[in-house]
Amino acid sequence: MDNLVPLPSLGMIPERDLGAIPILDIHHLGIDFGGLHAVDDFNLVIGRTEIAGLIGPNGAGKTTVFNLLTNVYTPTRGVILLDGMDIRGKSTHQLTKLGIARTFQNIRLFKDLSVEDNVKIGLHNAFTYSLFSALFRLPAYWTSERKAHETALELLSIFDMQNLADQPAGSLPYGAQRRLEIVRALATSPKLLLLDEPAAGMNPSETGELMENIRKIRNTFEIAIMLIEHDMNLVMGICEGIAVLNYGKIIAKGTPEQIKSDPVVIEAYLGRGKEASA
Amino acid sequence: MSQQYKKIPMPLRYLINALLFAAFLFGGTALIKGGAVSNYYTKVLMLLGINIILTVSLNISTGYLGQLPLGHAGFMAVGAYASAIFMTRVGLDASVAFPIGLLLGGVVAGLFGIMIGIPALRLKGDYLAIITLGFGEIIRVVLLNIDSVLGFKLTYGAASLKSIPKTTTFFNTFLCVGIVCFLIHTMMKSRHGRAILSIRENEIAADACGIHVTYYKVLGFAASAFFAGVAGSLYAGYLGILNPSSFGFMKSIEILVMVVLGGMGSMVGSVLAATVLTAVPEMLRAFSEYRMIVYSLLLIMVMIFKPSGLMGMYDFSLSHILEKIINWKPGRKKSAGKAGEENG
Repeated sequence: MDNLVPLPSLGMIPERDLGAIPILDIHHLGIDFGGLHAVDDFNLVIGRTEIAGLIGPNGAGKTTVFNLLTNVYTPTRGVILLDGMDIRGKSTHQLTKLGIARTFQNIRLFKDLSVEDNVKIGLHNAFTYSLFSALFRLPAYWTSERKAHETALELLSIFDMQNLADQPAGSLPYGAQRRLEIVRALATSPKLLLLDEPAAGMNPSETGELMENIRKIRNTFEIAIMLIEHDMNLVMGICEGIAVLNYGKIIAKGTPEQIKSDPVVIEAYLGRGKEASA
Repeated sequence: MSQQYKKIPMPLRYLINALLFAAFLFGGTALIKGGAVSNYYTKVLMLLGINIILTVSLNISTGYLGQLPLGHAGFMAVGAYASAIFMTRVGLDASVAFPIGLLLGGVVAGLFGIMIGIPALRLKGDYLAIITLGFGEIIRVVLLNIDSVLGFKLTYGAASLKSIPKTTTFFNTFLCVGIVCFLIHTMMKSRHGRAILSIRENEIAADACGIHVTYYKVLGFAASAFFAGVAGSLYAGYLGILNPSSFGFMKSIEILVMVVLGGMGSMVGSVLAATVLTAVPEMLRAFSEYRMIVYSLLLIMVMIFKPSGLMGMYDFSLSHILEKIINWKPGRKKSAGKAGEENG
């Protein structure tokens, strides 16, 4: 892992990503639900090949940040630069085309469809042909479908799931469903992959495997990955930069070592010492 | 499909299917011409064909897209009137006017589908049902009153649009059934079809996969309306007379019942249910007083013992139906033993 380098904009990115435009550059992002500032003054920079972590106690607003990045919620304030481009006003499916893919905290697979079809839906914009070619089975249909089929199996082989291609997605065990969601997100050929609690419900050995796979994905596809996770072994093990969110505000940013020893973070998670003993 | 699944090369599959279908079409026509099938049964068969098209078309928006529109008869009415007016007003020979009328009926209904779909598909569930129900009724009422309001003769309102050339035959009805089923199958087995299915499965995830949800919702809805319009055109040429009252709310419900009975998202189920629900009332004509009781009992029975419909959701929801048929029929005929092993 490279050292994190501070940027003038208060962010930090790995040394190797310094030369390039950061994949994500968020300035003063915020959203209000009624009078509640669910996320407020959120500033973050993520390097092009960084694995970044977003942690915080329950209800801190972590998933809300993901929803803001994918425009499931429209931000009230702030600017998001994706690869240097302002993405305000872009709808969710446009953002996917621009390179943001995500998984969901509560798995959202297309349960009645086959595993392969799930991945092919992720490939929707990768291999295109017109409705006319589809209706009359023109050559464009056959070539694109064949490529989609091959690519889908190739992507599934990342997690060694190609032999499950014909199974309905809903019939897979929990861990496999989480992995399939990641494959489906990868199918959209993202520049930034957002993982919402990828290790939730996994046992330690599965989590270990997942950590390896996340690194492998970053190395093969050379993309940035931002993940929300409560499993501190995973976060501290693979994240290069970590941001800690509490009550919608970033309370700490830094390397795993800095975060581990930050008194503000410990307080947010465990409460203040005096109160605890009282 | 899996590797051990015995595959017939693609063009051959289509060929076999087309041949079977052609045999059915020409065989049926020959039987009718030869007098082996009575006039009454021919009529029932034509009605059956129209009902099949209506059911598979509603199945697009109900079964595949996962919405619940209740105005399907409205699109049928639009198609029926569009093609009937075209055929009666344009002095073309019926053999030329009819195919154009069919297409026109479909296109006009499809345009109505887009027009209604864009505002209506913003809503979900019960709300979509109510708004489409409203649109269906609006179409019926407009057809009923447009003449007296505008002061010219177009739909003839309650007096009925008469003397439409009776161009619908067994042959062209089932040719349309074949083409419609093929087109729906090819649409659903493509990236467009997968996009429509993904919306049914999980709208938020579909959006996150880069699918333009609104576009594909309207596309599915418009395709559904288009084919309903084609069915309407056939209906106009079948009856030779059109009255707005035949496209009321009950007609929409009747089609919906067929879709639900067959199993939502199952094309084979739709065809089967349309067949059963067209045949049963006809077979029960002899006991006309008890007809509706038996009909209702049948529906209740199916819903109690097989709530997911005759064919259920099983894997038909994946729109693999026709491919299964293609895979099965030749398998059974050419190598029944092998087919057994593969499927077992």
